[in-house]
Amino acid sequence: MELGKQAGLKPYPLPLRNVFGDALLNVARENEKVVVLDGDLGNSTKAEYVRQEFPERFFNIGIAESNLVGVGAGLAGCGFVPWITSFSSFLLCNAYDQIRLAVAMSNINAKVLGSHGGITLGKDGPTQMGIEDLALMGGLPTFTILVPSDPASMHAAVKAATDFEGPVFLRSSRVALPEIYPMDDCPFEIGKANTVREGSDLAIIACGIMVAAALDAAAVLAESGIEARVLDMHTIRPMDINAITKAARETGAIVTAEEHLLQGGVGSNIARIVGERHPVPMRFVGLADVYVESGEPDDLLKKYKLTSADIVTAAREAVAAKA
Amino acid sequence: MNSPTTITVDVDELQAIANDMRLDILNMTTRAGSGHPSSSWSATDIVTALYFGGVLRYRPGEPDWPERDRFIMSKGHAAPLLYAILARAGYFNRDMIWRLRQVNSPVQGHPIQGLLPGVEATTGSLGQGLSLGVGHVLGGRLNNFDYRVYVLLGDGECEAGQIWEAAMSAAHFEADNLVAILDYNKYQETGPISREMALEPLVEKWESFGWNVVEADGHDIADLLEKFDAVANVKGKPSIIIAHTVKGKGVSFVEADFTFHGRALTPEQAALAREELNGTR
Repeated sequence: MELGKQAGLKPYPLPLRNVFGDALLNVARENEKVVVLDGDLGNSTKAEYVRQEFPERFFNIGIAESNLVGVGAGLAGCGFVPWITSFSSFLLCNAYDQIRLAVAMSNINAKVLGSHGGITLGKDGPTQMGIEDLALMGGLPTFTILVPSDPASMHAAVKAATDFEGPVFLRSSRVALPEIYPMDDCPFEIGKANTVREGSDLAIIACGIMVAAALDAAAVLAESGIEARVLDMHTIRPMDINAITKAARETGAIVTAEEHLLQGGVGSNIARIVGERHPVPMRFVGLADVYVESGEPDDLLKKYKLTSADIVTAAREAVAAKA
Repeated sequence: MNSPTTITVDVDELQAIANDMRLDILNMTTRAGSGHPSSSWSATDIVTALYFGGVLRYRPGEPDWPERDRFIMSKGHAAPLLYAILARAGYFNRDMIWRLRQVNSPVQGHPIQGLLPGVEATTGSLGQGLSLGVGHVLGGRLNNFDYRVYVLLGDGECEAGQIWEAAMSAAHFEADNLVAILDYNKYQETGPISREMALEPLVEKWESFGWNVVEADGHDIADLLEKFDAVANVKGKPSIIIAHTVKGKGVSFVEADFTFHGRALTPEQAALAREELNGTR
């Protein structure tokens, strides 16, 4: 992938899902209450790393997501910290009601991993893609929602989610993402967006893989004298209202970028805050109302307009629309 | 309050408690103007046997006692029964049950975990409770606790796929401390189960999923206690007690009319029902 090239970000050798597996193993080593539940995809999500070292704390519940969530919730009721893992699409679309009652409404201390989020799982095609996961999670009021953007923030997010008391959803990706933060020094506070680039002409608010794309876009915009602030909105709920309001006030234009449907997505939530607190021109980069197809991730990102070039176009429009 | 409730095995006394519970359920739902009295009454004797027949090990003053036996009411619409038994067992003040379905009350129309002591699970969207029970089995195993897990199932909810996912996994994990009790009253909301979505042959279905299956008269507390005792000794597989029950048990005109599902008795009907229930004391 070309992600992060224009911004000069260092590529990372491992896909984000492998980083998740490492991070999960770390928290399992640190906290003996961590248990892992798998929907028979542990070798894809990399939750299987825990199986190898702690087989007694790893349960493959099989291809039965409803039961997977219920068993995980029962373990939470015994004082364990369950990580309930599968593909984002299968878990949320098959077991939404189980997540709603047994986890969200019960407000228990369970963690839900939605792996292979977005379209960059690529060749397996739209049946496997989680393009609606953040909207669905948005419908579950008690959930904290995390979308890490690089290897270091994945480690930090898994640790923060495990230490946090309450339901947490965490999105992971199949692809490798470049390094945005130093591995041993990633600021990560739930609910507090990270400013990863300063700028005062507009703000690009992104999450997940789109943070690197936003930094690429900012590098391109700088060549024509537009300085973009880039916010890594790693927490989708609770959303950092202060950082968004400040960005609107100080830059006067906002572009949001997400690997997700625009309908019900992160951008629409940011727009609600901007509209209430400090209205400024906005543009939105994300998936239109379509199902994506099989293909190389880079080809799909181009075809469905989720590249740094698409962010640049949106940014120029937003800046031009400033009064 | 902190020691396990003492065993009461006077069956006549238990039947009297069950009858009082039916009156509580009647009064709660009629006062609320809604609820599921008939679904609660069909399982009243089962739950009374569990809580007061010395089957469940629990500490009302310490509801989160890690080694407690679990009782999960998967058929969440029998919430009035759950509240009535928990109040009677001493989990909370009995006055609480009269706040059923009122605003600013923890006594929700269907049970919500965390709002009232003793409520182990959020249920009401059917088919979910057995999975939670499997989770509690696995948790107990990891903690080296010897508690048992009881899950009350409705018959209609056995139409849900998740029940069979959970059944498969319970057998896979050899969950011999898991006991499901099926409140087999033969009616779902819209009519007789055999007409709406047939479940039979149920014994064979559960056996083929690797379960130990026994049948019981769900209104004969002595029979229920005997069956709870028998399944406690089964090793290597989970057990289900298929309890044959009557929907609306205890009130003749409710027994005779399945459309009482999800409907409280009017004050006039409640007066008649009260006479019948008082008459059986």
